Amino acid sequence: MERFKVKLQLNGEAVELDVNPSETLLETLRDRLELTGAKDGCGLGACGSCTVLLNGLPTRSCIVLTAELDGSEVSTIESLADGTKPAPVQESFMEKGAVQCGFCTPGMILTAKGLLDRNSRPTKEEIIRSISSNLCRCTGYKKIVEAVEAASSTETPKT
Amino acid sequence: MIDYDYKKPESLEEVFSLLKEYGPKATLIAGGTDVMVNIRNTKKAPEVLISLRGLKDLRYIKKNKGYHIGALTTHRMLELSELVKTELSALYDGASRIGSVQVRNVATIGGNICNAAPSADTAGPLLVLDAQVVLEGPKGRRNVPIAEFFTGTYKTVRKQGEVLVEFQIPAEMGHFGSAYWKHSRRKAMNLPILGIAVSLKLDDETITDARIGLTVAAPTPVRAYKAEEFLKGKQLTGDVLKEAGKIAASPECCSPRDSIRGEAWYRREIIEVYVARMAMLAAEKIKNR
Repeated sequence: MERFKVKLQLNGEAVELDVNPSETLLETLRDRLELTGAKDGCGLGACGSCTVLLNGLPTRSCIVLTAELDGSEVSTIESLADGTKPAPVQESFMEKGAVQCGFCTPGMILTAKGLLDRNSRPTKEEIIRSISSNLCRCTGYKKIVEAVEAASSTETPKT
Repeated sequence: MIDYDYKKPESLEEVFSLLKEYGPKATLIAGGTDVMVNIRNTKKAPEVLISLRGLKDLRYIKKNKGYHIGALTTHRMLELSELVKTELSALYDGASRIGSVQVRNVATIGGNICNAAPSADTAGPLLVLDAQVVLEGPKGRRNVPIAEFFTGTYKTVRKQGEVLVEFQIPAEMGHFGSAYWKHSRRKAMNLPILGIAVSLKLDDETITDARIGLTVAAPTPVRAYKAEEFLKGKQLTGDVLKEAGKIAASPECCSPRDSIRGEAWYRREIIEVYVARMAMLAAEKIKNR
């Protein structure tokens, strides 16, 4: 079976990989590169806990083949904080208590970041529509929506 | 780990030669939101995946003597298109309700139709917009009306060596008003219990033409021809639409089944109610132009 050479810009660094054609991006990240921030939830593209930013767009890494991605830019949750200083959107998730068990959180935050990068002042409706990509089974979505609202530039969180 | 080979052709000609080489061992993959899920779900993989992602010129929405939509157009592109929203509104309704934004960013309309699930959210809209499916093979193109495209659950008339390349919608559909309702328990990441699409043409308050498309109401997406015939020439009134809903929900037009998402009797009631509501919405679209 042919193997694939794939060059990625991963979290700001150039990475060269040699992958099996059936390897998913999630497998590459977790098993090969030990970036375990993206979670393996349903494995079927339904829950969104494996979300990463692929060329800036929130994408389910469990149903994308790494072989497809030569030349792409991938950002995982590990790239958000500046050293030990959390990004504003991470800050507001903490401030608003938008985290319970935390399993959905990396995906939620990257989905939120993907939205805020393109639309710094989303309406509540747009936020809800956007995070409908991701499931949270702990509580509900109220605090998550509040956190994304707080992170938008209409109400920049204190840092 | 499930193993399979992967090919990324850059042109249709390359796709055709790969399809010829691998025959039934090959599966075409576009956005991957059905194919990848099926592979992971059933733990059975094709021997070769042929990716269509390299065919970049199959992503477009054009109006030129009718409407042309490239097979690799994503649902997100359809959702964000003003042209689709105002002139082909049922398709906007369907495309904007598939999965979630993340899914819509990659999932393609060609994939939605080729997968041929009875619940495909763009199937009802394409049925009431009289879409033609354009299939291309090594020997050239052929057009198939969408109403004849589905032959069974997950089955279509597409031959093994062919690729769905485009959807064509006649220019006159721009004069129709249309609407689609996805009846589901959640607003995102869900399959419909039922899908109801209606398109209408009005002359003042008289319905001069109508189409009704139903999904999850039979083994394939279906038109409710008897109910359409009933509507033609009638006045746009609540009673008329209610009667059309009754006909659409009858065994003459559909054969819904009991499933985990809903029972047949419930599906028939929803058809009856929502055919009338979607017809009203379709009429409003015309009046608001």
